[in-house]
Amino acid sequence: MNAPVDAIETFRAETRAWLEANCPPEMRRPLRSEADVVWGGRRAQLSEPQRQWLDRMAARGWTTPDWPSEYGGGGLTPQQAKALRQEMAKLGCRSPLNSFGISMLGPALLTYGTEAQKQEHLPKIVRGEIRWCQGYSEPGAGSDLAGLQTSAEDAGDHFVVNGQKVWTSYADKADWIFCLVRTDKSVKQGGISFVLFDMESPGVSTKPILLISGYSPFCETFFDDVHVPKANLVGELNHGWDVAKYLLGHEREMISGMGLGGGGHKSLPEIALDAIGAEPDGRLDDPGLRARIATFEVRAMAFQAMSERFMDELKARRAHPAQPSMMKYYGTELNKARHELIMAAGGSDALAWDSEASHGGAAARGWLRTKGNSIEGGTSEVQLNIIAKRILELPGA
Amino acid sequence: MPLFLNDDQAMLADTARPFIAEQAPVGHMRGLRDAAELTGFSRDLWARFAEMGFTGMLVEEAHGGLGLGQVEAGIVLEEIGRNLTPSPFLSTSVGAVTALKGGAAALTERWLPGIVAGEVVAALAIDEGTHHRPLRTALKAERSGNGFRLTGDKRFVAHGHVADLLIVAARTAGAAGEPNGITLFAVEKDALGLTATPERLADASLASRLAFDGVQVDADAVIGEVDGGWAALSRVLAVVRTGTAAEMGGVSAAALAMTVDYLKSRKQFGVHIGSFQALQHRAAHLYAEMEVTRAAVLKAQQLLDADDPHAERATLVAKAMAGMTTTLAVQEGVQMHGGIGMTDEYDIGLYMKRGRVLAEMFGDADFHADQLARHSGY
Ligand SMILES: Cc1cc2nc3c(=O)[nH]c(=O)nc-3n(C[C@H](O)[C@H](O)[C@H](O)COP(=O)(O)OP(=O)(O)OC[C@H]3O[C@@H](n4cnc5c(N)ncnc54)[C@H](O)[C@@H]3O)c2cc1C
Repeated sequence: MNAPVDAIETFRAETRAWLEANCPPEMRRPLRSEADVVWGGRRAQLSEPQRQWLDRMAARGWTTPDWPSEYGGGGLTPQQAKALRQEMAKLGCRSPLNSFGISMLGPALLTYGTEAQKQEHLPKIVRGEIRWCQGYSEPGAGSDLAGLQTSAEDAGDHFVVNGQKVWTSYADKADWIFCLVRTDKSVKQGGISFVLFDMESPGVSTKPILLISGYSPFCETFFDDVHVPKANLVGELNHGWDVAKYLLGHEREMISGMGLGGGGHKSLPEIALDAIGAEPDGRLDDPGLRARIATFEVRAMAFQAMSERFMDELKARRAHPAQPSMMKYYGTELNKARHELIMAAGGSDALAWDSEASHGGAAARGWLRTKGNSIEGGTSEVQLNIIAKRILELPGA
Repeated sequence: MPLFLNDDQAMLADTARPFIAEQAPVGHMRGLRDAAELTGFSRDLWARFAEMGFTGMLVEEAHGGLGLGQVEAGIVLEEIGRNLTPSPFLSTSVGAVTALKGGAAALTERWLPGIVAGEVVAALAIDEGTHHRPLRTALKAERSGNGFRLTGDKRFVAHGHVADLLIVAARTAGAAGEPNGITLFAVEKDALGLTATPERLADASLASRLAFDGVQVDADAVIGEVDGGWAALSRVLAVVRTGTAAEMGGVSAAALAMTVDYLKSRKQFGVHIGSFQALQHRAAHLYAEMEVTRAAVLKAQQLLDADDPHAERATLVAKAMAGMTTTLAVQEGVQMHGGIGMTDEYDIGLYMKRGRVLAEMFGDADFHADQLARHSGY
């Protein structure tokens, strides 16, 4: 028992020292807004510290700590990856790179991709060179995703793709898309294929959609005779639904992280104390809100433990395959509750929409953005359906 | 350390589960209840707990115990909860053992061997009012002769009427509400001036009101330091709250399992009621709450076992979550059973009653959320 424990503690100490020496001070401050998140890609505009941090982490493969090193990943064991996460959290290091490539496509390619696809795409994801978007939803296919109609016709060495996607997050900023297309109209799930293509391909166009938050993070995406080489088919023809579901599990896992909170400048109690003040004994001078915040914090800390447990079980291959649905459901509902409380705690301050003091209405816009958490990646109702069917094994679900 | 049971712990769970399910299923509890039995638990079963090593789980091997921790105690408690097994395990083998470990060698030598052997049962005398407010401890302990005289009342003392040993929180200085001035005592059952009046609770368990009418104890009955008992009491509370949360995990797991079985067997409108989405979603939501709660409880147990400075916060979270989740589990359980859920013959109602008692024991969810807020400075 002793040797591995010592080894992990050595790794932890070395990692800490390396992080201290290499993580720029700017990258140890809490994120101010979504604009501070590094997504990478051909058109990414990074500040000097962001660039440094990304390059240094990517050089060690630590943007994807547990991917195999042959594809540029860190090759870390689950225990090492956990120690790295914990040490980064202790120092307040920001994530060097966030991307759909890391959290969604990469795991799917590692499982279903050909060797050539892995060699081609994974290292670029690790280094943040290519930014990916997700072409799943269509106007007529939301929760009932398998009802999608975007078609891919066989044209010898390539497919010709026609159709429309919707709610495609960051389609206007992404370099490549992983996309679900229909290759057989006679069967539902069994007629879907999973393809990859460059968003600069002729025939691809995007149109941003304005959200209630006032931002336009997602788009309508149109395909008009787009040529996609057959080498870009992931998994077998008409077996894309397996890849799609596998990827959704990872997407849900990623979205569930919302439940942990973004680590803003101030904690929820601090926001409330600053806005409302305290009684002489230090208690928040609003008993109702205090009780609501306290109950929320209980759930938030419990969910933090659940996230740790889930990651540990996942890495040890002990998690129920549908457990990401539970995590996604709980984490997103929790994040919505958090932002309702941030609004209640901030009072009229939190209502500001564009002033500089409010960081461009960060509280209100953030609150509105979280309403999408329980919709994107499959709605809460869909997650509950999955839990009922696959975990509780209830009839007819 | 990963946040799931290690191999040894999983093995213990594999032993404890069938053992308790066979020795003391719900029918065992019903039997004691229907016979209006006055001990409140089976001494035979307690002897078997001793044979299994459960009674001395937390006792160091040097004192004849197994030297295990809160995770392991929680495994046994979960099975106790699942089977509604009446047992002095929590108060004796978790609460009293933890208290005694902080005491002088004479105290540990006096009591631990009997606990390990299954001959001694202990109870925790903490609450004085209708709600768990340990800081408000007011039971007076005045210096007298070579020791102290205890005067005052305690209530909601599980196993108080049969306990050989009572761990008593008393006030030697300061005013109710202050941490300083609290002292823990180990009081023997036949101390002069001590009367215990047992009372049957909603779940058929027996809890006592204790009256201390100038009970004289020796100075060596003090556990830890005079006036400095708050830290020791906090340690005891941390483990029994976490232990109660583990027991509640068993209660809610059984309630959910029973309910899901019922959803799969009961038919209305020509279909299984489990095919109604309204019920599916409620069951799935409950499942999610239970998973999250289980993680919170295991986290608290692991941190306690590692002596981690964050352990206390984690125990507050564990008991608060357990309170909310178990309440939800038993309520949903009864509702989804329909009329049969209201019958005494059916077990789900027994889980509702036990859940209510455990939710209250050592502080309810609101109490723990409030403590967490104070801990965080708001
Ligand atoms: C912020 C955001 C980002 C997104 N990003 C992307 C992206 O990058 N790529 C992408 O492909 N998609 C993306 N989506 C789309 C998302 O996946 C869909 O919105 C989602 O799957 C729901 O589909 P829908 O909007 O058509 O709603 P609908 O399916 O029409 O649902 C409407 C309501 O009906 C309920 N409902 C539907 N079916 C059932 C059922 N069987 N049982 C019970 N209730 C049901 C739903 O829960 C919901 O409450 C994004 C969405 C959001 C909000």
